[in-house]
Amino acid sequence: MTELHTLAVENLTLGYADRTVIDGLDLVLPAGKITAIVGANACGKSTLLRSMSRLLPPRAGQVLLDGKQVHRMPAKELARTLGLLPQSPIAPEGITVADLVGRGRNPHQRMFSRWTAADDEAVAAALDATDTAVLADRSVDELSGGQRQRVWIAMALAQQTDLLLLDEPTTFLDVSHQVEVLDLLTDLNHSRGTTIVMVLHDLNLAARYADHLIALADGGVHAVGTPHEVLTEATVQAVFGLTSRVLEDPTSGRPMMLPIGRHNVAVPAALRAGSVGAGSVGAGS
Amino acid sequence: MTLTRPVTQADAPRPTTVEIVARDRVRRTARRRAVITVLALVIGLGYIVSLVAGQTFYTPAEVFGVIMGQDVPGASFTVGRLRLPRASLAVLAGLCFGMGGVTFQAMLRNPLASPDIIGISSGASAAAAFAIVTLSISGTAVSVVAIVAGLGVAMLVYALSFKSGVVGTRLILIGIGIAAMLDSVTAYVLSRAAMWDLQEATRWLTGSLNGTSWPQVVPVLIALTVLAPVLLGQSRNLSMGQLGDDTASALGVRVERSRVILIIAAVGLIAFATAAAGPIAFVAFLSGPIAARIVGPGVSLLVPAALVGAVLVLVGDFLGQYAFGTRLPVGVITGVLGAPYLIYLIIRTNRAGGSL
Amino acid sequence: MRRPKRLRSLWLLASLGVLAGLMLASVLIGSREVSWDDISAALGGSIDGFGPAAVATRIPRTLLAVVAGAALGMSGAVMQGVTRNPLADPGILGVNVGASLAVVCGMAYFGLSSATEMIWVAIVGAGATALFVYTIGSLGRGGSTPLKLALAGAATSAALASFVTAVVLPRNDIAEGVQSWQIGGVGGATMENIRVVAPFLLAGFLVSLLSARALNSLALGDDLAAGLGERVAIARGAAAIGAVVLCGAITAVAGPIGFVGLVVPHACRLLVGPDHRWLLPFSAVLGAALLTGADVLGRIVARPSEIDVGIITALIGAPFFIYIVRRRKVREL
Repeated sequence: MTELHTLAVENLTLGYADRTVIDGLDLVLPAGKITAIVGANACGKSTLLRSMSRLLPPRAGQVLLDGKQVHRMPAKELARTLGLLPQSPIAPEGITVADLVGRGRNPHQRMFSRWTAADDEAVAAALDATDTAVLADRSVDELSGGQRQRVWIAMALAQQTDLLLLDEPTTFLDVSHQVEVLDLLTDLNHSRGTTIVMVLHDLNLAARYADHLIALADGGVHAVGTPHEVLTEATVQAVFGLTSRVLEDPTSGRPMMLPIGRHNVAVPAALRAGSVGAGSVGAGS
Repeated sequence: MTLTRPVTQADAPRPTTVEIVARDRVRRTARRRAVITVLALVIGLGYIVSLVAGQTFYTPAEVFGVIMGQDVPGASFTVGRLRLPRASLAVLAGLCFGMGGVTFQAMLRNPLASPDIIGISSGASAAAAFAIVTLSISGTAVSVVAIVAGLGVAMLVYALSFKSGVVGTRLILIGIGIAAMLDSVTAYVLSRAAMWDLQEATRWLTGSLNGTSWPQVVPVLIALTVLAPVLLGQSRNLSMGQLGDDTASALGVRVERSRVILIIAAVGLIAFATAAAGPIAFVAFLSGPIAARIVGPGVSLLVPAALVGAVLVLVGDFLGQYAFGTRLPVGVITGVLGAPYLIYLIIRTNRAGGSL
Repeated sequence: MRRPKRLRSLWLLASLGVLAGLMLASVLIGSREVSWDDISAALGGSIDGFGPAAVATRIPRTLLAVVAGAALGMSGAVMQGVTRNPLADPGILGVNVGASLAVVCGMAYFGLSSATEMIWVAIVGAGATALFVYTIGSLGRGGSTPLKLALAGAATSAALASFVTAVVLPRNDIAEGVQSWQIGGVGGATMENIRVVAPFLLAGFLVSLLSARALNSLALGDDLAAGLGERVAIARGAAAIGAVVLCGAITAVAGPIGFVGLVVPHACRLLVGPDHRWLLPFSAVLGAALLTGADVLGRIVARPSEIDVGIITALIGAPFFIYIVRRRKVREL
């Protein structure tokens, strides 16, 4: 259904006016898979995503889509292949769901072209895929967080791209909506083969839903691979500076990270980093 | 085994998603088209009334005769030389202000971000005041100065707010700062003016269509013919821009390039209109929001706002001439009537945290 | 960043010194040369001779510049503290135009003409406008962000300005008076004017200074301030009243002078830090110095005529305003 496109990053250096955020990064994003990018705050996850979708020009290095430099491609051509859902998208006041999703057809339309039946069908398909058809006439302002996020994903879907980049799609949602959105993205990946790359805050959700996990730290890649390979206690310590315990999640078979702080943990003293004195390890202390 | 309930007459087949989508789209565009038609009719009517009515009434036949170039005693002068250019400029300037104003408001995603406020009117006014008072020039030369100044200020504000890209917030604030500076220059120039110059400068600054002649109308017509299509061509980019710069970029819009084109075209329209009619208060500010209210969300406001602008100026000028004891310039009418609506608009906008 | 008390005292003394120097310059400079004898004679009360007479006209002018600058500087610092907004300034908030409108209406419809009446009216106008702008600028998500406040102020200014035009246009009798009053200037200062406005200014200064500690708490945010035992609404209201009285009174007597309240507190913050107990008095001193200096500049640059102080502050202040806007992250705006 979708073509497989390879998105890669070569020796990429990114930064803002006064500081470098990413330095000399090399990365390949596997086609047709779900990739999650994780890391501490301000480690460059969003910056990397923005650069991959051409919003931020690189200081050095390049972003390549099928071997072609992304920053040299015509904007609409790129938008037909790669879709981005930014962190805090703005919905104009009073806009209806159908209208907003319809905006996703822009890359397929020329300056003065009229709306075609194909456009309507693409919009309808996107609404159906995200289960938002019943909301089509409603105003986006009235929707719940989860519904609104589904509508934004529908808009990205209406673009009919083979790659979809999402910048923290679950950050402001409550847990049921988070799962709802991630399940939807997995459906898309399975049914259409859309390559999904998303920045996620929650390590456990990332491990559960991603085929491929990238952990960023210190302006570069710390670890890359399957969730089993990447989500280890050593990685969590290195990337987040946090002691943890990594177990197998009984519901999914994927790794699950349990953070270890200073209170309410029943852990043998030997596993604790820098314990102060030989404190008692009573449960429920 | 599925349970089926008896199919009754009242059961229509549920619309498919495609049908729902198409229906929503058609409904929106239909409303816009209806509004445009009505507004165009209102303008047409208003235009005719301004030609026919006044201190002396002429019949439509006489008016038509004048337009056709015949020599109709009495009417030829009043209608041909006074009312026709005046009404024409009212419509054209209104179209320019309306379209230019709504472009800024849509581009900056804020109905309060009007060229009146971000320095362009102040620049044109300061230059005009300077030209009239200090350089003692008048007529077309003043218009040219005003246009150049308006464009210059727009470029200055844009350049000053450019920091690896332009953010609307910064542009608006810098525009307000520049406007303050230019307003003080205007005030200074006026304070040093001799009585005669002061009167003329004040007249210019209030926005008035008194004594309009054809040479003033033609440049505005040309500007409109050239720049309006440019804006209309960008209308889709403008709609995408409503979603935020990032989303618009992701949808294939070249945001910076589009913005520059929009600014140049919009400023051009406003500068030419201001040069011909002075800065008519609030037309650029209010046309967009009024259009948005009557057309509804999600559709392009460029044409509706232009038409609203024309209605405002046409009606305002007519009222200013005949509704009160003295002749009031159109700028005062739009100012006084516009101000309360403006305040109401600010309140409504902030309360909704909204955009245009 | 704690600044040693000694450093702050030094800065204060230095600026007082600068102020004194500028005051002297203001008395000495003008289209007529004067000598020390002339100054002492004029101070003594005699105005025989051109020298002392010239000085006698400059003294009230200098005094007004000092007092106006101090009032505007402190008023700006208080407003920035109350609104937690780095761009707050009576001019941006449209307070000047509000005062103008009130005065113009007073002149046109109520036949007011005495200085005291004008001052009261201007203060009421200034206060009403400030309240209005702040209220509508705070509606909606995020409360009163700098952008919303600035826009509310600009839009309100535009609206009120058109009312002023509407009132003035048919009234030729007051038109000339209004026109000369549209720009802020200390040129028309008289001791009489200063005497009239003095009690208002005194009240304003007192209320503002007394709010200094409350402003420190308010800077942390309403919730935290309440947690620290501050009665937020009262503190805010009192401080705002102080600021509005100061700038309303000055606008009544000197016309609209903008940007002093914006620029001075920022400069002061760099030198003495954000503690309002230091910031407010320092803003007053620096504001006085700025305005006196601007007036002197206006007299030198355009000899033999002069440029009013309101113009100069706008020409210096606006670029500074732009600089502040550029430096800040957009999120803070």
